[in-house]
Order: sequence, then structure tokens, then C-alpha cells
Amino acid sequence: MSAKPGMNGSSGAHPRLILRGITKRYPGVLANDRIDLTLGAGEIHALLGENGAGKSTLVQIVYGVVRADAGRILWNGAAVTVDGPAGARALGIGMVFQHFSLFESLTVAENVALGLDPKSEAGARDMAALSARIAEVSARYGLTLDPEARVFDLSVGERQRVEIVRCLLQDPSLLIMDEPTSVLTPQEADQLFETLRRLAAEGRTILYISHKLDEIRRLCDSATILRGGRVVATCDPRTETAPSLARLMIGEEVRATRKETAGAKPRMDELLRVEGLSMKATNPLGTPLHDVRLRLREGEILGIAGVAGNGQNTLLAALSGELPAPRADAIRFEGVSIGLEGARARRDRGINFVPEDRLGHGAVADLSLADNALLSGWRRWSLVRRGLVSFARSRERAEQVVARFSVAAPGAHAAARSLSGGNLQKFIIGREIMQRPRLLIAAHPTWGVDAGAAAAIHKALIELAASGAGVIVVSQDLDELFTLADRVAVICAGRLSASRPAHEVTAEDVGLMMGGLFDAAIAKGGGVPSETGDTRDGG
Amino acid sequence: MDILSMILMSVVAAATPLLFAGLGELVTEKAGVLNLGVEGMMLMGAVIGFAVTAVTGTAFLGIPAAALAGAAMAGLFALLTLNLLANQVATGLALTLFGVGLSSLIGQDFVGTPLDRLPQLDIPGLSTVPVIGPVLFGQDALVYLSLLAVGGVVWFLARTRAGLVLKAVGENPAAAHRLGHSVLGVRWLAVLFGGAMSGIGGAYLSLAYTPLWAENMTAGRGWIALALVVFATWRPGRVLLGAYLFGGVTIAQLHAQSAGIDIPSQFMSMLPYVATILVLVLISRDATRIRLNAPASIGKVFHPGG
Amino acid sequence: MAVSGLLGLRLERRANASRAMLLVTPPLAVLLTVLSGAVLFAALGFDPVKALMSYFVAPISTRYGIGELAVKATPLAMIGIGLALGFRGNVWNIGAEGQLTLGAICAGGLALAFHGQEGPWLLPLMMLAGAAGGLAYGAIPAWLRTRFNANEILTSLMLTYVGTLLLSYLVTGPWKDPDGFNFPESRLFNDAALLPIILDGTRMHLGAPLALLAVVVGWVIVARTLIGFQIKVVGLTPIAAGYAGFSQARTIWFTLLLSGGLAGLAGAIEVAGPIGQLQPSISPGYGFTAIIVAFLGRLHPVGVLLAALLMALSYLGGEHAQIELGLPLALTGVFQGMLLFFLLASDFLVHYRLRRVAPPGVRAARGRVGEARRRWTSFP
Repeated sequence: MSAKPGMNGSSGAHPRLILRGITKRYPGVLANDRIDLTLGAGEIHALLGENGAGKSTLVQIVYGVVRADAGRILWNGAAVTVDGPAGARALGIGMVFQHFSLFESLTVAENVALGLDPKSEAGARDMAALSARIAEVSARYGLTLDPEARVFDLSVGERQRVEIVRCLLQDPSLLIMDEPTSVLTPQEADQLFETLRRLAAEGRTILYISHKLDEIRRLCDSATILRGGRVVATCDPRTETAPSLARLMIGEEVRATRKETAGAKPRMDELLRVEGLSMKATNPLGTPLHDVRLRLREGEILGIAGVAGNGQNTLLAALSGELPAPRADAIRFEGVSIGLEGARARRDRGINFVPEDRLGHGAVADLSLADNALLSGWRRWSLVRRGLVSFARSRERAEQVVARFSVAAPGAHAAARSLSGGNLQKFIIGREIMQRPRLLIAAHPTWGVDAGAAAAIHKALIELAASGAGVIVVSQDLDELFTLADRVAVICAGRLSASRPAHEVTAEDVGLMMGGLFDAAIAKGGGVPSETGDTRDGG
Repeated sequence: MDILSMILMSVVAAATPLLFAGLGELVTEKAGVLNLGVEGMMLMGAVIGFAVTAVTGTAFLGIPAAALAGAAMAGLFALLTLNLLANQVATGLALTLFGVGLSSLIGQDFVGTPLDRLPQLDIPGLSTVPVIGPVLFGQDALVYLSLLAVGGVVWFLARTRAGLVLKAVGENPAAAHRLGHSVLGVRWLAVLFGGAMSGIGGAYLSLAYTPLWAENMTAGRGWIALALVVFATWRPGRVLLGAYLFGGVTIAQLHAQSAGIDIPSQFMSMLPYVATILVLVLISRDATRIRLNAPASIGKVFHPGG
Repeated sequence: MAVSGLLGLRLERRANASRAMLLVTPPLAVLLTVLSGAVLFAALGFDPVKALMSYFVAPISTRYGIGELAVKATPLAMIGIGLALGFRGNVWNIGAEGQLTLGAICAGGLALAFHGQEGPWLLPLMMLAGAAGGLAYGAIPAWLRTRFNANEILTSLMLTYVGTLLLSYLVTGPWKDPDGFNFPESRLFNDAALLPIILDGTRMHLGAPLALLAVVVGWVIVARTLIGFQIKVVGLTPIAAGYAGFSQARTIWFTLLLSGGLAGLAGAIEVAGPIGQLQPSISPGYGFTAIIVAFLGRLHPVGVLLAALLMALSYLGGEHAQIELGLPLALTGVFQGMLLFFLLASDFLVHYRLRRVAPPGVRAARGRVGEARRRWTSFP
């Protein structure tokens, strides 16, 4: 990788990319409404907005995945049409998607090779030369990678590096990063920022998509803020505060979200106790658990933070009973050893579960909402008598959930597939809450859900806890955990940290623990400033 | 030729149809497609190979015709499963049922037609070495072709970019599509290759193994070939091993019968089928190994959104 | 999408499967098969209209013919019901032919064992033995799948070959008719071991109402019971089944035992009905044709019944056309295979619809099966 990005045809006189009046309409929604955007060389530009603000659509237009209905794209001053991702790459536009395009059973070098055009890149055919170039690029930008490692052995952060290296080998002059830190620990994110700054210093332009205010203020030179498909502001984020950016993004004064917790609640009885829980994962490639212990009281919300793939799935399976624990007394619920019980028996005890994957786990895509009510509620709601199902009563229950949780659906007969993500999630959470659980376990309850639905879901979870049930929320979203949880614990490499009251913990402590540094975080205690000096506060 | 080389030769002959079909199915499955129609494709290859050879008098036309017949059947499968997004299991079953019927229909005029066995191609000098000479160097052309095919598939999957793309498509078609690879194109080619190989495997039965045509003459070999791919945990070298192992079992039971061992012939004939079940059980119980080697997307419908 | 792309059309997944298409496509597939049949007949040098009449109409234009239709539809419906339930749950028992054979062996063995000392108890006992035999034979792939994760498609099929060889051994060895001039057949069963005829002048026997009963039971299971719902969820989304507390192993056991038992019962009915003895071949591939029956019937018991009648007609037509026109019997298999192809091909209309192409760039953005779920949630 010797060519400077400037050689990609930039004259220097024009901004690298100008978008004028980009408009894109989907059935029922105007995703992009006359969007203007200007990106200069060497600039790190934030594209800020909530889920559904139109960020993804806009960058997919730039990257050629989606064709705009109207508007112009000027690349180094010349009008262009981007015909697909290959055309974008030919122009010098690279993109790192939020969801990786990786092949687990193949090596890093093979994964990179698959992303290169064999005609344009000499190295793509000779794997040895390619490995050498990967090593070179890795070293240059601080992206440590072993070209011969297989992807299934890599952490999420390392996987992202594979994606970035794949992009950099094509020598892009514009690099689009789509929510890159959503899967990283704060420390990994810092490393990434370092890399991005080096790239910008070489004159490359970075378009950085995020809804995380702090990191945008730390990283970006300029920001374009989208709301409801329109540009609502362009600003220098370094001169803004997090609340002022949030106001622009959401359009109203943000509420103080952290729960009032300390001492507000009377001491309730212990509901759940997990001790010495060690077990293998469901999937041979999953993360096993090591000596997990946790306690939960009635009325308490426990937040479990952690980077994806650190044993959350195994822990959730163990708690929900989908994968029973190896020992009965590893999990005790209301004083009874339930470790060996399966999902059905646990649900009979009032342990309900909202899984991460809505359409393939918490609901069956092709079945109606009524059938999906039957799916988890058939025991608690007594929808089955002597092996015969009462479909009328299932329908009734589904309709109740739809009504009480304001699910936008044509009725109980609608297939789960036909609902939007947020509405389906409201339905699933509503379905579990209306079964009056004693303990609700929710995984990533607002992942990919729009702001309105997320607020409704948070409210429902808090009310459930207020009614005396215990709630465990597993999430990667620290803001969410600090909004909800009374106590916070962190899972890393299959081990769970001790939980601590949410108001005593800083986001940075959690970040250290997400990287496995349990002791460091504990030793530092609560409010000691970090070495990076950044003050993430969940707001 | 001594007895031992004759036995070994017959083991190779019994193994070769399985080797062809197994290799073809391996490539198909590596691309993420499960084609259960191997039996039907083999039968079509067997009957077309036989008919064309019988009519034209030369296997040089019969064998390519068999490959084409297998590929045509596979093309039908590809159209249904890849373009029309039909369930792969159901379509594969349909292909087998269809192949059984169609091959009987085509072959009814050829039942009882005599045909010369595919000639042995002795490699001068080497084929006269005792025992291994005839086994290794005194075979017919298709046996050599099958061994070349093993090497070719090993090389293709491990060394070529196209092989890499094929594996990527089988592992994660959505990602391959995003990177600009034609998932449907790759899968079509893989399925056609599988069909052609099955067709040749079938032709080996009707031209070389027992040079005649009989209805349903594959007798489950297509299914055994499918089991072989699992046995081989999707590695071509092990398909070779597995095919020769099964060839050995087949020949062992034949010889046991002719040697007058006092077990009813039917029980001996069960051996290859029982052996297949045992092998499947032994391999399948190690879920980790299956997961690490099986193409992750196998059998799943992929719709590239257009 | 190579094909639709050429036509300037785009394939789009329907949010809700089309019920209309679900009902329209099977007759459409039948129609296409008949048309292709006409072409095929013409290609073979027969008058297509005459051949089609001889194949599809003539066989059932007599009372006897109707009875024959019932005789052939009986095992097809019975096996098809069991297979359809399994297929709903993604349990691919394709060894019904073997389970049928084992059922025939068990029932036939009983008839032979009590030869000459029968009572009215014998026939029910034979039916039970047949069902038990098929059930036990279906239990083998269930056990291998749940215990060792061995693919039931391959194991159940391999067992079919084993079962056929076992029958061949029995009728050429220990159970051979001592007065049978060395033919590989058992002796003929006595009347007490034969199913009574229920329609005079035909061969329609008591098995037909038994098959209808199986259809009704199958319908109740599918439409009303928890186990039916459970099978459906396991088939659609196994992970969601685990979430609901439905056991996949239980579904595998239930469907394989049920379909094996029904196939075994069908085998018992065949030997105690139209055949009346044990022979090396007791079924013209009913166990395999029932796979087509299950799909053609949309995996629904009522559909299975209709499909069984249609497939029975294809057997009769094949035999009739062979006798009358000298058409090859193998045509039956070709027709059956074609029908299944046309049905599978038209299936996509149920779940997808064709739309005129929007600007080309849009395509990649939407509904990608596979990653679709995750992407879908975050997409406007």
C-alpha cells in the first residue's frame, strides 16, 4: 500500500464528496429528504442520528447499495453515478458495515482476498504476498492481526480489523464506518479512533456514523445531524456539549434518565441466586461459562454489560432453561434448586425470557401473533387443555398484548414477519410481561428499536420491577443499562464480575471490566478519572 | 492376474461410481446446496451413457452424454431450488423419484442389450508389476479420471480463488453477496458439476462395473454417496478413502457369498447399507467436527433480494 | 435472480403467505403435468387425447375401477398422513417403504404362525403387529438422530434396503410356501387373516375406512393439538421451539414413530388386503410415492387425502395404459416426479410475489434471506 489517497484523482480544489438534494422514498416512509452533505479531504465527519433517521439509507446510496430517487453526487468535483459497491470501490469509496461480511471457517487472509477484486489487485491471487501486505497495513495503522488465523477464533474487535484492513487494501480516499463501536469495548474503541486519526492525517476522509455523542465529540471534526430523513444541523461537535447534540438529534430536551436508586427501595427478599455455574455453550463455537455467580432481589433490575460473544448467550440459555445447568443447585430460584429444569418448567415458576433475536427465537416469523402468544404463554395462560389448544383464547391474549402495549399491527392474525422490529419487540416484551413473571430476563431489549418504542419498553421494564418482579437485562448498550439497572455486572470471556450499584459505577469502570479487567475496575473504585480523561456518563 | 489383484481391482471398480458421485456432491454441498437427487442423477447418467454407447458404439460419446444427462437433471434442481427458492430436501427427493421413472422409461428398450465392458487402459510397463500393477495401472479410463478428479477437487478447493469463493458462498452467502460474488452463479456451477459427476458415476455402473442396463441399477449407491460426504466431513481426500472402504465392503460380501459362507445372501447384501448407517453414526455424534467442517449455509434457501 | 431479472420483474417476499396461492397451486401443478403428459405421449407417438383418456379417465369409469382407486389410495393416504406430520416438523422420514415392509413382515408372520388355528382375533392382532413393526423400524432412525445426530434421511433410506432384503430372505427361506413349487412366496393367508371386502364387486376392503380414520386423526393433531403446534414450530424455527419449551427430540420421536406406525399399518393392510400372502415385493413404491402425496397435499391431512386419490389414479392409469395402449409402466414414475416438480416450482408464488422492477439499485437493500432478520430490524 504505497499510493497516497490523493492520487485517486482528487485535484485538491474540490471537496472530496458533495451530495446535493439526495432523496429516497420507501413505501410509507421518506427515508432521505433532500439531503445535502459536503466532505473534505482529511476530514472525520460524523453522521449523527437516531435509528430510523435515514443514516443507513444515505450511506447505502453513497456506497451504491441503494439508488437514490433524486439528487446528485459529486466526487472530487465531478458528477458520478455509483453503480453498486464495486463501482463505489473503483471510485475510492470503502465501507465497513456494522454487520461484518466474514467467513468464520476461513483465514483472515482468505477473508481479505474475498473482498478484493482479482482483476485490479495483483495481490489477491498470491496468498503469500497478500499476507505480507496485510501484515504491513496492520502494522502501519495499529491494527494487529494474524493473517493465518481463522476468523472464528477472533474477538469481535479483531473481526472488525479484518473488515478495515480489507477496505484499506483498496486504498480508499473515503472510508465509511457504520456504527463501528457498537460492538467494541471502550478501550477497543480508543484503539480504533487512533487508527482513524492516522488515516485522516494521510488525507483520507472518514464518514463516521453513530448515535453515540461522546465519541463523536472526541473523534470528529464536523457533524451532520439527521432527524426523520432530513438534515437538521451541521456543526462542529467539539464545540457542542453532549446534551446540545442530543437535543439536535432527538429534537427535544433529553430527560435525565438515570434511575433514582440509592436507598429508595425497601430491602426485598432474594429471588435468584446463581453460584458456581460453569458450563459449555450450546454451539461448539460458543463461549463457555466459568464459575458464574449472581444474586437478584425482588423488585431489582440487574444489568449485565459485555461485548457480544463473551458468554451472554450461554448465560441467557442457562437462566432461561433452554440449556439447563449441569447441577441443580447452581441456580436457585425462590430457594428452590432449578438448575436442571428446562425452559418449560422455569416458565411455570414465572421465569420469562425475552431473547435477543426477535424473528427466529422469541417469535416465529411465519406464524400469526395469536400463535406467537401461544408459543410462550401456553402454560401460564392455560391455553392448552388435555393436549387440545384453544386458539380463540390465544387470539384474545394476543389482542390484549397488542392493545396494552400499543403494538402497531393489523390484528392478532398478522404474521410476526409483517411487523416492524420495534413493534414486534413491544409485542414480545408485552407478551412476557402480561404473563406476570416473577423474574424477567431480557436480552438487548431495545436493540435496533426506534426511540419511541425503546422508551415504552424501558418504562414497561421499570414498572414490572416496581411491581416486585426481578429483572435481568443483558445489553451492550451502556446507556440503556444505566437507564434501567439498580445494579450492574459485566460479563467477559464467560466470567461475570461482581455486581455493583449502578450509581457507584462509571461507564469507564464498565469499559475496563468489559475488557476483562475486573480487578482494575474494582481497585479504582467509583469516580477516579481514567487515563484517557474521557467522561462517559451514560447520558 | 492373481486372485489378490483381481479382488483389489473389483474393489476399485465397486468404489469408482461412489467416488464420482461423492466428489460431485461434495462440491455441491461446499457451495451450500444439499442435492438429495444423486440417485436420480446417477440413474439418468447410467441409462443415457448406456444408450448412447449402445447406439453409437463408442463410450467416448456415451460418457460425455452421461455427464450431460446428470448435469441436465442437476440444472432442473438448480432452477427449482436456486431460482424458484424451492425446499432443497423436497426437490432433491423429487429429482430422485423422477430420475427413477424417467430412466426406466428411456431404458426399457435397452434391457438385455449386451455391451462390451469399458476397455482397460494398461499403462505399458507398469501394469505388469505383480499385484499392484494391474490395480494401479491396468484400469479403465474412468478409474483414472476419478482419481484425477480427486486431485483436481483438492487443488481447486485449497489453492484456487474460485475454490475460495465457492467455500465462502457455502459458509455465508449473504456476506459473499455483499462482497460482490454471484451466489447464484457459483451455486449453479457447483450443482451442475455435482450432476455431471453423478452422471459419470452412473455411467461407470452401466458401462464398466456391470456392462448392462437394468432398472434401478444404482441400488441406493446415490444415497451411499451422500453418506460418504458426511463420512468424509466434506474433505475430498476422505471421500476417496470412504469410497474405497465401501467398495471393499461390497466386494467382501460378494466374495463371502461365492466362498459358500453359510449366511443367507440377503444378509450379506445388507452389509453396505448397514455399514453406511454405522459410519454415519460414528461421524455424526461428534457435533463439533460436523460444525467446523460442514458448510454453514447448507440446505438453506438464499434470496439475494432481486 | 436470473430468471425474473430477465423479465424485468423482481421477487419479493410476501409478509403473509398467500392462502389463495396455497390452494391454487396444487391444481395448477396437476394441470401442467397433464399438459406435459400430452406432449410426452405425442413424443412417444401416441394420440395425446386418447392416451390421456386411457390414463386418467378410463380406469375409474367402472365400479371396479373406483374400488381399485380406493385400494391404492389407502396405503398412500395412510403413509402420507404420517410423513406430512413429520415434514411439517422438518423430520424427513423417507424410509416409509421400509417401515411398510416391516409392517407387512410382522403382520404376515402372525398370519403364517397361526395358519390353521385362526379366530376373529387374528386380524386385529395382525394390524397391531404391523403398526408395531413399522413403529419399531421408525424408532431406529429416531434413536440414531436423537442419540447420535445421524441424519434420518440417510438412515431411514438405508433401512429400507435392509427391510426389503429381510423380506426377500424370509420368503425365499423360512417362510417359503412348502407347496409353492419353490416360488419365493409365502403360502396364501387363510380367510380369517384377510381384510373383508366392503364394496361388492370390487376389491375395496376394510383398510379404506381405516385410512379415512387416519386422515381424521391427522387433522385433529394438526389443527387442534399442542403436539401439532409443536411440530409446526419445530419445523419452522427450532430455536423458537426451544424457547417455548418444546423438545425437538420429542418431535423427532413422535413423528418418526407415528409415520413408521402408519406405514407399518399400511403394510399390514396390503398383505391382509389385496395381496393375501407375503411376496418379495409387496409395494409398488407406496412409501416413496407417499412423499409426493404429502407435498402435493400441502402437508395437510385433507390435502393428503385428495393427493392420495390422485396418485392412486396415476398408478391405475399407468397399469391401464400399459394394457390398453402398450405404454410403458415407467411413465407412472415420470408423471409423479413431474407433478412434484411443478408443485415445488409453483410454491414460490405462495411465499413470494413478482413485482415490476424498481430502480435497479434498490434491490440489494431489501429483504435478504439469511441476514435479513438482523438487517431488517434496523432498516426504516
